[in-house]
Amino acid sequence: MKILFFGQLVEVVGTKELIIEGITDIHALTSSLHQQFPLLAQSKYVVAVDQEIVSGNQHLHENNIVALMPPFSGG
Amino acid sequence: MSQGPSYERYHRQMILPNFGLRVQRLLLKSKVLVIGAGGLGCPVLQYLVGAGVGYIGIVDGDQISLSNLHRQTLFAIDDIGLNKAAVAAKKLSQLNSDVIIEAFTFHLTNHYALDVMKDYDIIVDGTDNFATRYMINDACVLLKKTLVYGAVSQYEGQVAVFNHFLPNGEPSANYRDIFPDPPKEGSVLNCVDAGVLGMLPGIIGSMQAAEVIKLITGIGEPLVNQLLTYQFNNHQVFTVKITPQSKTSSFIPTDATAFKSIDYVWLCSSPPNTLEINAAEFDQLTSQKNIDIIDVRELHELPVVQTFSHLRIPLPDLKESAGQLKNDTVVVFCQSGMRSLQAAKELSALWGDTKRVYSLQGGILSWIRFAEKK
Repeated sequence: MKILFFGQLVEVVGTKELIIEGITDIHALTSSLHQQFPLLAQSKYVVAVDQEIVSGNQHLHENNIVALMPPFSGG
Repeated sequence: MSQGPSYERYHRQMILPNFGLRVQRLLLKSKVLVIGAGGLGCPVLQYLVGAGVGYIGIVDGDQISLSNLHRQTLFAIDDIGLNKAAVAAKKLSQLNSDVIIEAFTFHLTNHYALDVMKDYDIIVDGTDNFATRYMINDACVLLKKTLVYGAVSQYEGQVAVFNHFLPNGEPSANYRDIFPDPPKEGSVLNCVDAGVLGMLPGIIGSMQAAEVIKLITGIGEPLVNQLLTYQFNNHQVFTVKITPQSKTSSFIPTDATAFKSIDYVWLCSSPPNTLEINAAEFDQLTSQKNIDIIDVRELHELPVVQTFSHLRIPLPDLKESAGQLKNDTVVVFCQSGMRSLQAAKELSALWGDTKRVYSLQGGILSWIRFAEKK
């Protein structure tokens, strides 16, 4: 499963893109990522699955593209 | 704009397919408020005034500084120290005298926001902080105004059209459908802290101006129920769909009175130096010198504390009296720890990280229990 990171999250995880396997839902994905990148747990972001923002948990398939998107404030 | 549109001035856009005189007249009748005349606001304003949007309001309480000039293209060296909205209005009136421009030379707060915004058709958010962004979003929901949002973060930018009323009479998604509650200011960096190249707000601001033109003219497909992220480094665009959420309304004030009573700055403030301390830590601090310990309860409240020296400044008077506090460490307490936490946040907001502020968790009652055991 492809995971995309946006904004400051790229600095937090050190990459724009990750491939993760064996993840079945969003909660499992985020808790696995938070474990791997503790600073990510302190960051605010929303999750988009296949370019649609989702709230709450959702089942994930291997061919989903998941994006973690933080809020931007600059102007 | 009493006469018809100038064919010569608007010729290049009027000859476009689906444009013409009717559409130009729509622009000339439209009222757009641009909040923030900075990196985003400058291109928004230049293109909207150039295109002949008839009534433009500009809100900005900031003064122009040298560090603005690399991206805020309406301003020049001689403008440094002057108000952005006033200078922008002056320069823009030289660009197109058809357009009626009103400058609001103050920071928009929820006290005036509804009054300022109510007379405009479309609101453009070109601000640079979450407190104002959430306030503008909520005001647009209350006033049923379409909001054209834009924001940047280092090498990426976002654009969206929020709260646009669809043919079915329902509003499209707004910012709180993505992020219901604000992140703490400081947890996400702004341009001052994170840096920005001038072209990025130039691009994002131009996209915002394009969304405004699309909304007014009906040309193209505005970013309704969508959030576009633009990546400067490779010109990639990533658009995600947003769906209005039923729970969002619970985050938005129900009416003007509720709106005005929200402290948006407070919602977004996350003083990193505010720390709750427990009774044992507090006990230790009571014996230290060069500390201001303050009881923020009302003067009549019991028990009166006599065991250690402290000041008594009730919470409502605290901000006003803050200047009297000379020490770099300030400890506040109240009965149960609620008011003192608020006091600590207020003081931290006031002082930034120049002083350390602590609040006694559980209040003086928890310390009394601790002291009795000791």
